Parts: sequence; structure tokens; C-alpha cells
Amino acid sequence: MTRITVTVDGVEYSDDIEPRTLLVYYLRQNLGKTGTVVGCDTSNCGACTVHLDGRSVKSCNVLAVQADGHEVTTIEGLAADGQLHPMQQAFHESHALQCGYCTPGMIMQACDLLKDNPDPSEQEIREGLEGNLCRCTGYHNIVRAVQHAAAAMRQGTEAPADSAVPAAGPGAPEPATAGVGAAGPEMPPGEGAPVSAGSTGEGVTA
Amino acid sequence: MTVTENQAPAQPEVGRARRRKEDQRLITGRTRWTDNLQVPGMLHLAMVRSPFAHARITAIDVEAARKARNVVAVITGQDVKDEQGSLPNAWPITPEQVTPAHPPVAVDEVHFAGEIVAVVVARSAAEARDAAELVDVDYEELPAVLDLKEAAQDTVLAHPDLGTNKSALWVFDSKEAGTGGDVEDAIRQARDGGVLIEREFRQQRLIPAFMEPRSVLVDPTGEQITMWTATQIPHILRFLLAAVLGVPESKVRVIAPDVGGGFGGKLQTTPEEFIAMVLARRLGKPIKYTETRSESLLSAHHGRDQWQKLTLAATKDGTVTGFKVELLANLGAYVALVGGGVPVLGAFMFNAIYKFPAYHFACQTVLTNTTWTDAYRGAGRPEATFGIERMMDELAAELDMDPLEVREKNWIKHEEFPFTTVAGMEYDSGNYEAATARAKELFDYDALRREQAERRERQDPVQLGIGVSTFTEMCGLAPSRVLGSLDYGAGGWEHASVRMLPTGKVEVVTGTSPHGQGHETAWSQIVADRLGVPFEDVEVLHGDTAISHKGLDTYGSRSLVVGGEAVVRAADKVIEKAKPVAAHLLEASVDDLEFSAGRFGVKGTDKGLTIQEIALASFAAHNLPDGIEPGLDSDATFDPVNFSFPHGTHLCAMEVDTETGETRMRTYVCVDDVGVIVNPLIVEGQVHGGLVQGIAQALWEGATYDDQGTLVTGSFVDYTLPTAADTISFVTENTTSPATTNSLGTKGVGEAGTIASTPCVVNAIVDALRPLGIHDVEMPCTPERVWRAIQNASAGSVDETQRDTAPHFDPDQPNQDTPDPEGGAR
Amino acid sequence: MIPASFDYVAPQSLTDALAALAEHGDDAKVLAGGQSLLPILRMRLNAPSVVIDLGKVTELQGISDEGDHLVIGAMTTYAAVLASEAVSTHAALLSKAVATVADPQIRHRGTVGGALVHADPAGDVGAPVLALDAELVIAGQGGATRTVPAADFFEDLFTTAVGEDELLTQIRIPKHTGWGAHYEKFVRVSHQWSIVAVAATVRAEGGSIAEARVGLTNMGSTPLRATAVEQALVGQSATEEAVRQACARAADGTNPPSDLNGDADYRRHLASVLTRRAVLAAAGA
Repeated sequence: MTRITVTVDGVEYSDDIEPRTLLVYYLRQNLGKTGTVVGCDTSNCGACTVHLDGRSVKSCNVLAVQADGHEVTTIEGLAADGQLHPMQQAFHESHALQCGYCTPGMIMQACDLLKDNPDPSEQEIREGLEGNLCRCTGYHNIVRAVQHAAAAMRQGTEAPADSAVPAAGPGAPEPATAGVGAAGPEMPPGEGAPVSAGSTGEGVTA
Repeated sequence: MTVTENQAPAQPEVGRARRRKEDQRLITGRTRWTDNLQVPGMLHLAMVRSPFAHARITAIDVEAARKARNVVAVITGQDVKDEQGSLPNAWPITPEQVTPAHPPVAVDEVHFAGEIVAVVVARSAAEARDAAELVDVDYEELPAVLDLKEAAQDTVLAHPDLGTNKSALWVFDSKEAGTGGDVEDAIRQARDGGVLIEREFRQQRLIPAFMEPRSVLVDPTGEQITMWTATQIPHILRFLLAAVLGVPESKVRVIAPDVGGGFGGKLQTTPEEFIAMVLARRLGKPIKYTETRSESLLSAHHGRDQWQKLTLAATKDGTVTGFKVELLANLGAYVALVGGGVPVLGAFMFNAIYKFPAYHFACQTVLTNTTWTDAYRGAGRPEATFGIERMMDELAAELDMDPLEVREKNWIKHEEFPFTTVAGMEYDSGNYEAATARAKELFDYDALRREQAERRERQDPVQLGIGVSTFTEMCGLAPSRVLGSLDYGAGGWEHASVRMLPTGKVEVVTGTSPHGQGHETAWSQIVADRLGVPFEDVEVLHGDTAISHKGLDTYGSRSLVVGGEAVVRAADKVIEKAKPVAAHLLEASVDDLEFSAGRFGVKGTDKGLTIQEIALASFAAHNLPDGIEPGLDSDATFDPVNFSFPHGTHLCAMEVDTETGETRMRTYVCVDDVGVIVNPLIVEGQVHGGLVQGIAQALWEGATYDDQGTLVTGSFVDYTLPTAADTISFVTENTTSPATTNSLGTKGVGEAGTIASTPCVVNAIVDALRPLGIHDVEMPCTPERVWRAIQNASAGSVDETQRDTAPHFDPDQPNQDTPDPEGGAR
Repeated sequence: MIPASFDYVAPQSLTDALAALAEHGDDAKVLAGGQSLLPILRMRLNAPSVVIDLGKVTELQGISDEGDHLVIGAMTTYAAVLASEAVSTHAALLSKAVATVADPQIRHRGTVGGALVHADPAGDVGAPVLALDAELVIAGQGGATRTVPAADFFEDLFTTAVGEDELLTQIRIPKHTGWGAHYEKFVRVSHQWSIVAVAATVRAEGGSIAEARVGLTNMGSTPLRATAVEQALVGQSATEEAVRQACARAADGTNPPSDLNGDADYRRHLASVLTRRAVLAAAGA
């Protein structure tokens, strides 16, 4: 057993653990942080992505002992003061999740991507998410969500409210499939832009 | 009594792009996946799996494992053979079907690599795994049969005791059925002055690869045994656990908590679920098992895996006169829950959207020493659509016609609906012309054809191919009577309850079991409209057999068209129940009431009561009419009279690098008609996801075994799912022909994208390469396969990727010679 | 998914790390970034009794400019290499190759030294290190260090010149300032290991190629250097036709594997096409 002290989502924890304990299992089993999930055993899927000292890592590919003295942020620590993170809000608005199993890892990686590149192109978003597998969405709406979140975060607002057409909204890049992608209906007719939580009445908050 | 203001939403909920109710817990990490659950005293399982595809178990030494730290028990097949039962096959497709027994833990023999031979029970998952490494199994290897065609020869047997690998032969013939003519006549006529297209296509083996690995927790504490499991089918599982293990059904409660995707892959009753149940009962302790991804890829059921031998007869103007389909379908080592039936679902769809006068379908299911196969998104219908849509392109090429023109020549015109097909299905509605016209417009078909011609002209190393696919499918499984006629083991109805709570909130209980589809949102929209209550006030409950006591679960694009209609009917019954109460309270006659936007009003007055007010009054029951029971809660069970037949036209442009064989998708457009849309956002999401799964079959995915029967694609390193970086943004739209068989007019959407996209992509790749003399590339169309096709074509030899897919059948094959009287595939 | 049990040591200095290695010898595995080691441990393909974590040996991290060389500490992460202007200026080829390694999460943890010692022939760091004529500094017991040219470093599949009781400490890269560079990686899906990749860096002078360096990934049991191609490129104009000729035999002398992703003959063909593309891109053509 090895004693580790780790700060997770702002709370310091101290535990005696077996050195073989993967960070993801420490989070899930010792701390009950079950928002972070395991999707594979080869570090391909990215479902277990968390931030270690502010940068994204696959928590199946880090030993808990390696996190000793470091700071971890999981999906459960992303929302601040009861407000969803703009990335969480954008995933909701853009219908960027279905079964939701990949979602925590996808959101954590998407946040990391914007740290390096606050205004990414569609292709840059796609490449920035290449370590995260999703089986439900076909990625289309995940890419849209990251575009919206990026725009919202650049504007310093909580949600990309009232933008005319999502993909062509202020600062949102055209899809790489020039012409065709942009010509398509980004949102169902009649609904217009993704609207803020308030206007759809769901009031999703953390 | 007060007249309250109408609370109902101003615009109808159905048709609105509501953001999903499900999202909040999912985006904040507060989800209940089975593996998240912990019960005091819970023990963990680790499985010992066979490395051999076919072997006799000669000895198992469990002593070292038993002595390992914190091990509670080590179980072999011998230990539980009298209590573990045999995993069920719910769809024997013929009375004579050969069905091997399937013990959850192998007893004497293993029949595929990955089969469970021993189980360790320990206090932690880590300790269980440690001890599993210490179990020593002696095997006597037996000859394994892995290849589907070889298996059909019966030279090596997957189950020697059965005497054959052939499980069942299922045949449909339009002449016999009276739904059309004799396909052999059509073939004879085509050979003599018409056009005969003969092709053999491979549907490779796929792995559903839902993102959440399967997990099961069984708690025998208390009166009921509770099983939480990552399943699509809690109700069917409960029934079969009871039926197979002899536990009273009333003592079993199955809960599907949040479930992370299924795609048919969680439409199964698994060895792991049965083992957990047996051991929890035996040890009297809660038992949990969560598979690793490698175990999932190895042992959870696979999908597809067919050889399709197809013969299309046509006249020289492109009118199809007959279609003959001979399938070999690989069941794997056992006949899975609905494994044998999956290819049979394709039987009714090979004729697709077309008016074929003659049709013959024969499918031989075959056992091999590989992982069992069963439903994977589309289940039988993608295979059928691939077969016919590839053939329509081949016909167009043969006649030098535009592929859309050939299709139009043969498809059912919109004014011809309802239309009874040569396979005996009655298509209720559709408009293929409208969907195709819109798709062409969005795609800029003519401009891309011009670019293709230019690239051909200048011999650009990067060629452009344009792929076309239309589709229809039968979904919304299903009319119980039809399922009965196909020997399916259950009905196809669905159940719903609508409960009016005294505070005015509404609980909807559905027998469907969503795992990503968004039923909580869509059902809320339906009920909000029906009852005139706010969307936010509706709560949808599902996936727990103690709460949703009756249901047939989620698969086959059935939830909305069957389960949604049950919800509609239950809601309507609530209104009917409320009506006499309202009349009583309003001191009016029932005939003078009108229900609108959630309120019963007395005609010609401003008097009225909302349904919530009536719910409260009915709960209090202080002042009810004589003979009226308190409460408005209502149930409905809906059994559809027909399937649902969505359709669509898909177009894609693929660039093919002729130097490396690499392909790149440029553009993908689809216009699908899924009837009336409840939530366009959810529909769009279903289509996107379906498209990528279908495209992945065309380009990337394939489960492969080596000569020893080891799954080579046993991890996500080798089973190559696409990422965001490998895919593009899609253009999706809808046309709408309301279904006539449910009151909402909806059709299924879950499988649409997957069904049409696979042939669309392959047609595009072949279209790019056709000037080189190439007319097929086996899936997945890897760069190497495309490159080899080009190499072989330019060397003037037969395309090597078609080693087994000869362009024309050998002279002694039935299509070229005297037809096989059985019509069976060999 | 759960590794077998092991003991864990996390030395704070190179000296302590070497001492730990001497003490545990064969039973130990060295943990650098862990992005290849942890999957191996999770799948129980290896079960060391001790894991020696170099994560706290800070002297092995960082990039420094030493005049005509860049010196990269073995424990420098891919992310740090990518962020380094010195590397993108003086060893652009390494930047370009590292940018293609796995995915962002893995690049945050994985280290250049760890990848070199792991010596997976499909890894993306070996070929550029070889093509750039890097030198590898290896520390042994008793404080001894030795320097091995990249050409002698890779011995076989998963085998390098680093002995059982030694540690790789530095990668010394001669500056290739002003050289164009390109890493042409061929994969079926983006998160795959290279099926074949070509690392090319070129010094162009007035539209023709003055010098070229070409490394091949996954064309044999080790990264390979296409020296014949390099020679044939000298003096050629940076045009499709001239380069095509020079690269035609890029696969000569290679021994690529045959597997799910391609048979050897296909990989040989790819090598020549990808070499041409890499060289042309490196030459800015």
C-alpha cells in the first residue's frame, strides 16, 4: 500500500492504495467519482479523460500513485457555482450526446482542446477529439457543440444564445466540407438556433 | 371551484426540437451505469475463457485459485451444470432448426475462443482477476471450422455431436406464396435476350461495440432477486431468467439503469447474466461482473457475416423482372437469442422500394467455431439493402444508364401506395420521387458528375466516385400475429401507463427500454400535447420490471411507432376517465364538455377545469360521481397491425487515391422519410450516428479471425472504430409521408442511417474505379483492398479482392445451369 | 484491465533511479510517461514485480539549446516537444512527427525517451530521430554515460542499445535550421499506429534539393534510414517527376511486416509513394 494525497475537484483526499490502482479506478471506487468511466482497455476510447494539473489525460493510463501531490478535475468538478460549464451547456444545446457514455471524456477533452486553441476550425476540432470514441452521434453534433462552446467562451457568455444559424454564427467556422456542409440544414426547420436553457424551459443546471 | 388559466404550451410539442431531458445527468457525470452501483458485501467475478476455438476440456485445476487471497469460490461448468440451464434461442426459424445446447459455463467442450470455462468469485475485482490467472485448464484441441463456406460443406463440424453445421434453411418464393411469379422463368428469359447480373457479395462480420461495456449486478437480498444489467431488454430477460432457471418470474426483478448504447448488441440474454444469477443464488451474496473491452469484443455477440449470392434478371431497358437471393449466414458457435432470425428479417427487404414481379429468397444458417452472431443495428435489413442497391448499380453500369434512372424505372410511384410487394409486405406510405429529388438538389448531383468526368478525362490520380443508395425497411417490430407466423418466440406489442399524480405532475411508464434514444424527452412531448400539460411536468419511467411491469423493450426501431402509440392511447384513456369527473364537478353533461389544451370546458361558457385539477379531485375522491373509481391512471397495450416503412435516398461522393488506395469522403447527403417527426433534433442525431456506423462497415470495421480461431480484432487497437477525425459533417433532411398505421404518423428512424449508407459508400468507390474494369471491392474497403483491385485490374487479371466473389458463377452453379430444385444456397 | 500487483518506487534523481534499477534488475520495469507500459500491464502482457517511476526525476525533463545541438531530456513529454519553438525551428521534422503521435491526451503524458526505449517499430519518434542523425545519451551504473548514434540505437523489435541496468537520459539532435520537414503518416483511422510513415527533411537551395534525410516507420523491425533515396535526391529539382524517380526505390532493403493493415508488398509500395509525398512537402513543392 502506498499513501497518496490528491486534490480531486477541489477537495484534497488522502488514501492508502495498491500501487497498481489505475487513476480511473481510484476516482470511481475510492472516491465515488463515477462520472468518469472506463470504455476500453487499450487507451483508445478516451471515456476516462480527466484533467491532471489542468491538462487532459486518460485516467486509465495513469497510476493513482502518479497523481500523488497533483490536482485532478473530473466531469463532476467542471460546473462552477451551480452553473454548467459552457461546454456542458453546448453539448446539451447541440444534442451532442445520446447514450452519454463517452460524454464526460468528450467534454473534458473538448475543454482541453480550447485551452490550446480558443478558435479552432472544424478540422482542428475533429483532430483534437481523435482520442475519444463515440458510437452514437457520428460526431457531427459534437463538433457543432465544440464550435458553439468556443464561440460562447470567446464572448464570455454562458450559452451561444440567439446566434442566427449555429455553424455560421459569429466566429463559428464553416465546415471543412465547403459548400455542401454549410448548405445543409444545421438545425431542424422552424427551430432556428440552439436556444438558451431558459428559452426551452428546461433550466438545466448543475 | 376556480377557472384557472390555461397552462398548456402555445405551440405543439410534437415537431419541436426540444433539448433532451436526459442530458443533465449525462453531462454532469451523475449517471447510474450498472458498474457504478455498489451493494454492501458485493462479490466480484472474473471469467476464465478458452483460448481455443474448439476443444475438449480434459481437466480444470482450481486449487491454486481457490487458495488465493480473498477468493470466495471458483466454479466450473461441472459444478453448475444442473442449475445453469441453457441460454435460450427465442426464434427457431424452422421446426427442424439444429440448435446446440448453450451452457453459460462450458461443461465438456468449448466451441469458440472466448467461451467461459471457469468463474472466480472474490471480494474485489482485482483479486478475482489475480485468481483467474491461477486456474489451470487442460484442453484437448479439436479441429475448428471458422470459414462460413467451408462450414456449409460439413467437412469439419463445429459441434460434432450434431452431425452437421447446417442449422436451418429458410425459403420464401413469390410463386409459392402467390405474391409474384417464378424467378427461374425470369432468369431464363433474361439469359435469352435480356440482362442477367450475377454477383456474390460478402457482408463481413461486425462488432456492435456499444461504448459502455456490459455489466451485471445481482442482489439476492430480500424477497426478490434484483438484477441490474446493461441490457436493451429487461422484460425479455426477466421472462427468460425465470423460464430457463426455474425461478418464479414474480421473484425476479430486472433493472436496466442508464445503459450506454446497444445497437442490438445488448439485445441478448448473456452467459454472464445467467452466471451472475446462478452464483448470487448459490452463494446468497450480491454478485457483480463488468467485462473488459477485450472481453466484450471477444464474447458479446457479433453481427452480419453473410455471403450473398444474387441473381438479378432484367430487360434491356432496365426493368427488373426477377431477383433471386441465396444467403449463407454465420450463426457462430450457438444460435443466439434471435440470431437465426436476423437474416430472415432481410427476406422481406431484398426487393426494397421496387416493383419486382418475381422473387426467391433462401437462407442457410450455419454454425461455426466463432463468437455467436445476432442483431446489430439494422439486423438483416442492411444486408438486404446492400445486396439490392449494389445490384441496381451493377445493372445501371451494365446498361450504361444513370443509377438513379434505373432505380426510378423500377420503384413504386407515390400514387401507388399502399403497395403490396413481391415479398408480401404492404407498404403504407412513401414518396421516393420527392426524397430523391431533394437529395439530388442538396448534393448538386450534376456538378459532381461533371467533376467526375473531368477527373477521368485528365487521369487524375485522385478519382471521384458518386454513390447512390435508396432504402426502405420494415421496422417497428412488430405485429404479434406476423411474428407468430415467423415462429418468433414473443409478441410485438408494447405497453404504457399514464399516471396523473395529485400535484398535477404526470408519470409515464413505458415498456420500451431506451439506452440513448431520448425516449424521456420524446414521450414527454407526446404526452404534453395529448394531455395539454407542460413538457416539464411529465416524467418518463422505464427499464425496471417492478415499475414498468410489462413491455417488450427497445430494438428494431420499434419504440416510437409501437411504444409511442401505446403512450398516446394510455393518455387518451386518462382523458376519457377524467371526462365524467369533470362533468360532475362542472355540473354539466359529458356531451357539453370539450377537451382542449389540457382543459375541460363547458361549451358556450367560460367554465372549465384543467386535467390537473381533475386529477387532484379524483385523488381526494371526496366528490366523485357514483360508480366512478378514484384516480385517472390508465394503461394501454398497442399491437400494431403492420410494420413501419421509412425510406430515404442517400448520395455520397468519395475521392479515391489510386496511388495508395486511400478513400476520402467528400460529401454525404441524405433525405429520409421517417413519417411525422416528434423531435427533429433526436431524428437528426439518430441519422448521423446511423450513417457513421454504416459508413464504418463500408470503410473501416471488420472482425477477423486467424487460422486458429483467435479473434485478431480483439481490442480497439485493431477493431478500428472511426473517430471525429475520420468522419465529416453530413447534410440531412427529411420528407414526410405520414405512416397510416399509428395515430401520430411516425415511422422508425433508429436504423435508417445505417441501412442506406453502407451500399452508398461502396457504390461510390466502385463508381470511381469502374472505368478500370472494377465492379466490386470487398468490405471493409481498406486502402489495401482498393489498391489491389486497381493493381489487378491494370494487370488485366481478375480482381484479387474478389478471390471468392467471382463476377459470374461457375458453370456448375445453379444460376448458370439447371436450377437447384431446393433453391438452397450451398 | 487490472494490472498484476507490483511494488512502486519513485526515485527523485537519476542516481537514485539507476540504483533502483541495479537493485531490482530483471524484476523491474521503468515507467516513463507510461502510455505504452500501462496498457501492457493492464492486459497483463507483462507483470513486473517493481515499477520504477521516473516521473519525479526532473533532471530528465526539458529542452535546451546547446549551440549546434538541441538536447531533449528523455522524460520530456510529446506535448512539451510540440510547444517548443526551439524544436520547431531547429528540428522541425521531430515536431511534425510528434504531432501525429496517438492523440492529445497521450501526448500530454507520453515521453520521447520512453517511446525511443520502447522501440515499437510503428512508433513515430524513431524515424525522425534517425533521419536527424541524433545521438542518444545513456547513463549506466556508477555515473558512467555513453553516447550512441541513432543508427546504432535501434537493435530489433522492442530492443535498443539501452542495457538492463541503464537509462536513456538525453536525445541530442544536430540543428537542422532552415530545413523543410514533413512526416507523412499512413493510417486507416486516425488513432491507429502507423501502417507506414515517412519522415523527410530537406535543405533546398534555389528550387533544388541540396541535402535530404529520410527515415521510414514500420518498414522493418526498427526504424530505417533510406540512404539511397537521400543520395539520389541530392541535386534534384524539387519537382514531382524528379523526386518520383529518386524515391521509387524507397523500400529497397526493407522488411516490412504483413498484418491486418497491409501485406508487406503493399507497405513497400506505400513507402515509395509516401516518400515522394514527404520529400515534396518537405521541399515546399
